[in-house]
Amino acid sequence: MMNDTRMEFQTMEQPMAAEQMRNDTLKMTARDVDVFYGAKQALFGVNLDINNNEVTALIGPSGCGKSTFLRCLNRMNDTIDIARIEGEIKLDDQDIYDRKIDVVELRARVGMVFQKPNPFPKSIYENVAYGPRIHGLARNRTELDDIVVTSLRKASLYEEVKDRLDEPGTGLSGGQQQRLCIARTIAVNPEVILMDEPCSALDPIATARIEELIDELRENFCIVIVTHSMQQAARVSQRTAFFHLGKLVEHGETQEIFTNPRDQRTHDYITGRFG
Amino acid sequence: MSDTVIPVHRLTADELSARTRRRYAAERRFRYYGIAALSFAFFFLIVLFASIVSNGWSAFVQSSFAIAVKLDRTVIDPDNTGDPNVIRAADYTKLARQALYERLGVDAESRPERRDANGLLSRGVDTQLREAVLGDPSLIGQTVSFNLLANGDVDALLKGAISRDVPEANRQVNDRQVAWADRMVEEGVLKKRFNTGLFTFGASSQPETAGLLVAIVGSFFMMVVVVLLAVPIGVAAAVYLEEFAPRNRWTDLIEVNINNLAAVPSIVFGLLGLAVFINFFGLPRSASLVGGLVLTLMTLPTIIIAARAAITAVPPSIREGALGVGASKMQAITHHVLPLALPGIMTGTIIGLVQALGETAPLLMIGLVAFVVDVPSTPLDPATALPVQIYMWATSAERGFVERTAGATIVLLGFLFVMNAAAVYLRKRFERRW
Repeated sequence: MMNDTRMEFQTMEQPMAAEQMRNDTLKMTARDVDVFYGAKQALFGVNLDINNNEVTALIGPSGCGKSTFLRCLNRMNDTIDIARIEGEIKLDDQDIYDRKIDVVELRARVGMVFQKPNPFPKSIYENVAYGPRIHGLARNRTELDDIVVTSLRKASLYEEVKDRLDEPGTGLSGGQQQRLCIARTIAVNPEVILMDEPCSALDPIATARIEELIDELRENFCIVIVTHSMQQAARVSQRTAFFHLGKLVEHGETQEIFTNPRDQRTHDYITGRFG
Repeated sequence: MSDTVIPVHRLTADELSARTRRRYAAERRFRYYGIAALSFAFFFLIVLFASIVSNGWSAFVQSSFAIAVKLDRTVIDPDNTGDPNVIRAADYTKLARQALYERLGVDAESRPERRDANGLLSRGVDTQLREAVLGDPSLIGQTVSFNLLANGDVDALLKGAISRDVPEANRQVNDRQVAWADRMVEEGVLKKRFNTGLFTFGASSQPETAGLLVAIVGSFFMMVVVVLLAVPIGVAAAVYLEEFAPRNRWTDLIEVNINNLAAVPSIVFGLLGLAVFINFFGLPRSASLVGGLVLTLMTLPTIIIAARAAITAVPPSIREGALGVGASKMQAITHHVLPLALPGIMTGTIIGLVQALGETAPLLMIGLVAFVVDVPSTPLDPATALPVQIYMWATSAERGFVERTAGATIVLLGFLFVMNAAAVYLRKRFERRW
């Protein structure tokens, strides 16, 4: 695919975003990120760089903090009263925890796909149109239609649902629902897409389709994916970060991590000693 | 120990089957208890309805005389002024009585006979004729057929509530009146007809002219006040507590208090209303506005609890989905959470309204137990409420009021039934899967 496949609808005010997509490979940086849930510390001094046009996989055993870290990247943890975050996370050199940052705008730039497919109990069309509508990304119905169709195409769902856009999104199969959620996320034209175990509720065939899709989306978006499956991390990601007990143990090229891990814990985990 | 077999006692086949039998028997017994409890409840429900309906159905018919009344101009408006005040002041009872005398062939010279004949008619015929003539003054001078209301005692006689076996001296209607009534029934003049008066009259000391209109209008105004105040306040409170309020000691305290308020005896709310709305704010007594305010206070906890439950039941994944595409918290709530919680909120609201509609005690405290003849036109006018009307009729001795008590109960139950059906319908209609 060419670079101009990037969706043609209006974007919000994003200074130099387009240039940075091409020139600067560094998209997000995390420095010394600590997260506390009440008195309990869930993340310890995480430092991680996330590159553009790459899939970064976060792996690790249950409760290691990988989802917590992911949710820091679009401030989803703000919705949890007792969560407290220290350190610095930057998106294009902008501290996302800065007081001047509007969290709604941030989440439009850093979209999220969840573990369980959670389409709104509305029509397929409305599911995708919701984001562009609340952000005013379409000036009229034609533009909105265009966004919806393009997003569904990019999520490789359009061919399956083009005749029933008015039917409820909840009536689709699990894999289709998850692709609908991906379409819903990319419809607001984010720069980063966060995926929290997007395939854990899906069967192997649906999983394979989502993985293909992730690989295609990489061309236009920066993707961070949390996964339980090391095979999945190996298949879809270019970089992998291994979390253990709230610490980022090791990160680097996926190939490197899986073939030649530097840390003993990483080695134990990827060889199935624990997890 | 190297032996990893768990040392359980091995049951013989007989022991096993005995255990199985006992287990099945216990399950069966438990089912029977359930069925017994249900049948018991159902039986009493049937008894309740049967007793109310058997007592109350007769309130929906009312005896009346179908008689042609000559609306004599010389009696109504002798000077032909056309002045409504003159027409209003005319002696309509005289016209009705004369028509009856003619029909019965009463000797106009005999006072006892006249008195007995007068006793057949309700005092309400006066109003009946006046309203008709005021409504259409061109009737004056014509002979018009009316269904003149029979006296409550005649009505009771026809409905069998007054027995003919009782000696005349102890009976409300004397032998001559009974004979007349029988003759009129035979001639098809005196008949039980559908009692529209039950829905169009206000309070009255005569059962045949007593109706529920004031109570229905009063209850309607109160429901309007409750819907306008309790629903927005209740839903807003629930949304705040569920979605915005921090979890701390204060919100815990508020939560406990809301739950407790739902269980506070309703008469306490009546006292509160009396102290606050009437004594402090100086709102009028017996006004349906005050009744509505008190019922609002009473209904609020129910609505808040139901709305909170409905909001909690919306899966968090829907909120996350909305936040994930960059909806603000407010947008997530108004676009997704509230629409999904709506069926539950509406059901809770209607159940709260039903509760409020049937509430009597707090209304007694704020003067809604009143003898109100005129239909209230605003919520500030004196009014009564349906359950209060039932209470007032239940304390009246005449036969006609006994049946009206049950009749009004049927009307109230009818309203409750309709509202509950609406709740069920709305829930089914707006229920959505996710």
